[in-house]
Amino acid sequence: MSELTQLTLAAALKGLDRGDFTAAELTESHIAAVAAARPLNAFITETFDRARQQATASDARRVQGTAGPLDGAPLAIKDLFCTEGVQTTAGSAILKGFVPTYESTVTARLFRDGAVMLGKANLDEFAMGSSNITSHYGPVISPWTGKAPADAVRKLVPGGSSGGSAAAVAARCALGATGTDTGGSIRQPAAFTGIVGLKPTYGRCSRWGIIAFASSLDQAGPMTRTVEDAAIMLRSMAGYDPKDSTSVDRPVPDYAAALTGDIRGLRVGIPAEYRVDGTDPEIAALWQQGIDWLRAAGAEPVDIHLPHTKYALPTYYIVAPAECSSNLSRYDGVRFGVRVPGDSLAEMYENTRAAGFGAEVRRRILIGTYVLSAGYYDAYYLKAQKVRTRIAEDFRRAFEQCDVILTPTAPSAAFAIGERMDDPVTMYLNDVFTVPASLAGLPGLSVPAGLSSKALPLGLQLIGRPFDEETLIRVGGVLETAAGFHTRPPFIAGEV
Amino acid sequence: MSYVQGATGEWEVVIGLEVHAQVVSQAKLFSGAATVFGSEPNSQVSLVDAAFPGMLPVINRVCIEQAVRTGLGLKAQINLFSVFDRKNYFYADLPAGYQISQFTQPIVGHGEIILDLPDGSTRTVGITRLHLEQDAGKSLHDQHPSKTYVDLNRAGVALMEIVSEPDMRTAEEAAAYLRKLRAILRYLGSCDGNMEEGSMRADVNVSVRRPGGPLGTRTETKNVNSIRYVQQAIEFEVERQIEVLEGGGTIKQETRLWDTVKHVTRSMRSKEEAHDYRYFPDPDLLPLQLDQGWVDAIAATLPELPDDKKARFQEQYKLSLYDAGVLVADQASADYYEAVARGRDPKLAANWVIVELFGALNRLGKDIADSPVSADKLGGLIDLIVDNTISGRIAKDVFLAMLETGKSAADLVEERGLRQVTDTGAIDQAIDQVLAANPDKLAEYKAGKEKLFGFFIGQIMKMTQGKANPALVNELLTRKLQA
Amino acid sequence: MSLDKATVAKIAHLARIKVPEADQDHLAQELSAILAFVAQLDEVDTEGVAPMTSVVEHALRWRDDVIDDGGNVERVVSNAPEQVAGFYVVPKVVE
Ligand SMILES: [Mg+2]
Ligand SMILES: [Zn+2]
Repeated sequence: MSELTQLTLAAALKGLDRGDFTAAELTESHIAAVAAARPLNAFITETFDRARQQATASDARRVQGTAGPLDGAPLAIKDLFCTEGVQTTAGSAILKGFVPTYESTVTARLFRDGAVMLGKANLDEFAMGSSNITSHYGPVISPWTGKAPADAVRKLVPGGSSGGSAAAVAARCALGATGTDTGGSIRQPAAFTGIVGLKPTYGRCSRWGIIAFASSLDQAGPMTRTVEDAAIMLRSMAGYDPKDSTSVDRPVPDYAAALTGDIRGLRVGIPAEYRVDGTDPEIAALWQQGIDWLRAAGAEPVDIHLPHTKYALPTYYIVAPAECSSNLSRYDGVRFGVRVPGDSLAEMYENTRAAGFGAEVRRRILIGTYVLSAGYYDAYYLKAQKVRTRIAEDFRRAFEQCDVILTPTAPSAAFAIGERMDDPVTMYLNDVFTVPASLAGLPGLSVPAGLSSKALPLGLQLIGRPFDEETLIRVGGVLETAAGFHTRPPFIAGEV
Repeated sequence: MSYVQGATGEWEVVIGLEVHAQVVSQAKLFSGAATVFGSEPNSQVSLVDAAFPGMLPVINRVCIEQAVRTGLGLKAQINLFSVFDRKNYFYADLPAGYQISQFTQPIVGHGEIILDLPDGSTRTVGITRLHLEQDAGKSLHDQHPSKTYVDLNRAGVALMEIVSEPDMRTAEEAAAYLRKLRAILRYLGSCDGNMEEGSMRADVNVSVRRPGGPLGTRTETKNVNSIRYVQQAIEFEVERQIEVLEGGGTIKQETRLWDTVKHVTRSMRSKEEAHDYRYFPDPDLLPLQLDQGWVDAIAATLPELPDDKKARFQEQYKLSLYDAGVLVADQASADYYEAVARGRDPKLAANWVIVELFGALNRLGKDIADSPVSADKLGGLIDLIVDNTISGRIAKDVFLAMLETGKSAADLVEERGLRQVTDTGAIDQAIDQVLAANPDKLAEYKAGKEKLFGFFIGQIMKMTQGKANPALVNELLTRKLQA
Repeated sequence: MSLDKATVAKIAHLARIKVPEADQDHLAQELSAILAFVAQLDEVDTEGVAPMTSVVEHALRWRDDVIDDGGNVERVVSNAPEQVAGFYVVPKVVE
């Protein structure tokens, strides 16, 4: 529809700077796109009035010469970020109607830098899922359809949990979106929808005001159409926050400046253990292609070992549910959210939480409760935290031999809504390549690198040293150029 | 060892106390909301305290300092590495569904408290540990027939949980333990020790056993908020448990409640179900790591504590163990005494502080902090006795007037003309008048009824309105009667 | 490790989530499958390995003891399903 929605974030910011168009015009185009893309169900709450106000204010700032680095850029905000005065649901029935009186640190930083919020993007309930089918507000539908015709009944998942964010960016509803990643929730949906997703180092972005899933793993990051756009967004999102004890006090670099294109002499680790059984041969081939691209650009591929890789998923499925079982105890129908009455306090709690949480959330709370309970703590939770130490050690040792690690992002391309739904464990396997870096707190970047034989996007993942997002961005930029992934999804907002 | 006599023989009582002491701080343990009590419901609540989505804890420096100070005051091990855990359970006044506490790795390890027992002996009670944790909110059950009202003003206030070893054997020892702990906390300024306002509460663990036998099953009576109630709860439990055991029953390990109206302990219905707290390290907080140098710096600022002060009072002022113990029971009394004793007879000062001042404060129901007579003014009164301006007897009247008026002793003596008469002429004159007015008594005295000496003294003092120097009166009267 | 119906009922109560008896069997199966999956960790030698407490390697930061929050009852109770005079309201609790 509008050419303005086809721009990258970087190009749009330049256009605003040059005065080619106003923030109001840019925002109107994106509002129209969000409205046109409603069939994808990418948003839980649209905030068009607020977007228009923010755009008008942005134009005023530009006139005054006080525009920030993201001034006038329309973004989608995952509905896990608390936004002041705007309903925030975490994709759950239990928070329906919850209106925070506070703004998350990350969104506050984005708005400080001039960003415009189009709405709150759909997600898996409490960010638990890899397909965006667990949202109480309905599944998000991927703008990609594969080789099936666009009107086919077969609808694909956008990945999860940041599925609404991914779909919105891929379908050109927003120039970028915030995501959160606990075990792969930024990188996997980015790979499924052919966009860039960056999970920063744990501690880089403040968790304050982001609804917690698993506190020791949750990390916010940008989802964009280019690596440069991710670098621009991250610069605004990152930074020390005294309100988050796990936030790290380090200067925020100009990430976009890392896009030098020069990776000569860089050692790229290729972990043998990521060649797992059952990986789609197309994925293996793409990975090899990635290695070749980087070698051609002057980098040196190095074989490395991450021996505890296969234990990452089982570790994750103890640690994350344990933390979530405790984090989600606050949803009890007393201070906020939905209440289902009961004759006693215990009954009110049980009714509220049974009705308020969906099946996957309930399942994880129960598993988490079990692994922490008396007699099982040592065998499960303590054991998992020890294995986690081992996994982190694997990476530390690997980074003595290499500067960055290259792997596929996901073991397959996107699947259809309804597939793989009957068995939770099969669904968990989606995160097999993303979870290890999450457990070690390392930064990971997914870059769209090619199309499957069924014409679905595939991504490659780069994993870096702690706080070395710049190397990820530099290498990611080279991968992006080499892959030249410019295929647009069949569904572009306003074009179908 | 004191045992309790039951119907079937002797029983040994085993008591351990867990004290929750509210840390003196402006703000809460993990939020910036105020800690003062008595405000409007939910007016001192941050969204962190109310566990809103996305809220995170950040620890208060002063609360850590206070815990370390207290640990040092209890001569305890300070753990440079400790961990905050989540204790998970659902309750209306626990907003997050978990309490942030310390479980396996507390900030303070083993220490001790020396009890001062009424007979002047001492006894050492071990401290198992001290850890930091959040207080819960307050549930009001009596506002509505079918509802409970919840106020979170208290939620998140820092508490030190101080756990004793099961080293106490009598209710009196438990009381002595609480008094001593409270004194130490107050000296340190880490807790105001105000049990009525709930800033110090005790969980009382009691069991009984045959002397030397294996430990019995214990009950825990929660949140007892006065030393007297602690004693009564222990006495009740001991009697109850012995009765149950001697009747062939068994003690159920359970949580009980002290009924302040009926003066009994009873089983707590809400806590009856088995708890599984699912402790695990709070992933929102990193481990707490302290620097030894930082701990040493706190140690250097510690005040002189009761035991050391008591020893010094005995040594420096030659006070009895009892007097020293009474004076150091709280910092304010000790400071008051030292101000009075400075440059004066320390024993006379101790007498005036302990007998007259404490007696008066007791009658008035006042604290030493708001004593109507300052240490300076009490010192002034003592000076007037020592330099013979007034007699000790008159001094007591002057002291009463000081309590009432707040005036200095010197002013009152001047104003009321209470200056002691030391003029022998004036005293002689009074003696002559008294003897002249009582010729019959004088005759009886001369006939051998020497008891009447006291009568004459009384009459003379009366005539001089008590102002005559008693020693002089004594001396001059003796001389006159012998003449 | 497999989990039975009674255990499901027990942990559901600990987690305060009502699980109708009819669902307990099914849930027991699902949870058992997850536990079987995570049981792989038994293979890992973790002798002498310290459990991870945090992936962030820096000291816990402390806040100063200043009052900079609270004092806004409306903010605290405005989202509550039931409130009276600034109190949260819940079904009566018997102690
Ligand atoms: Mg206790
Ligand atoms: Zn406690």
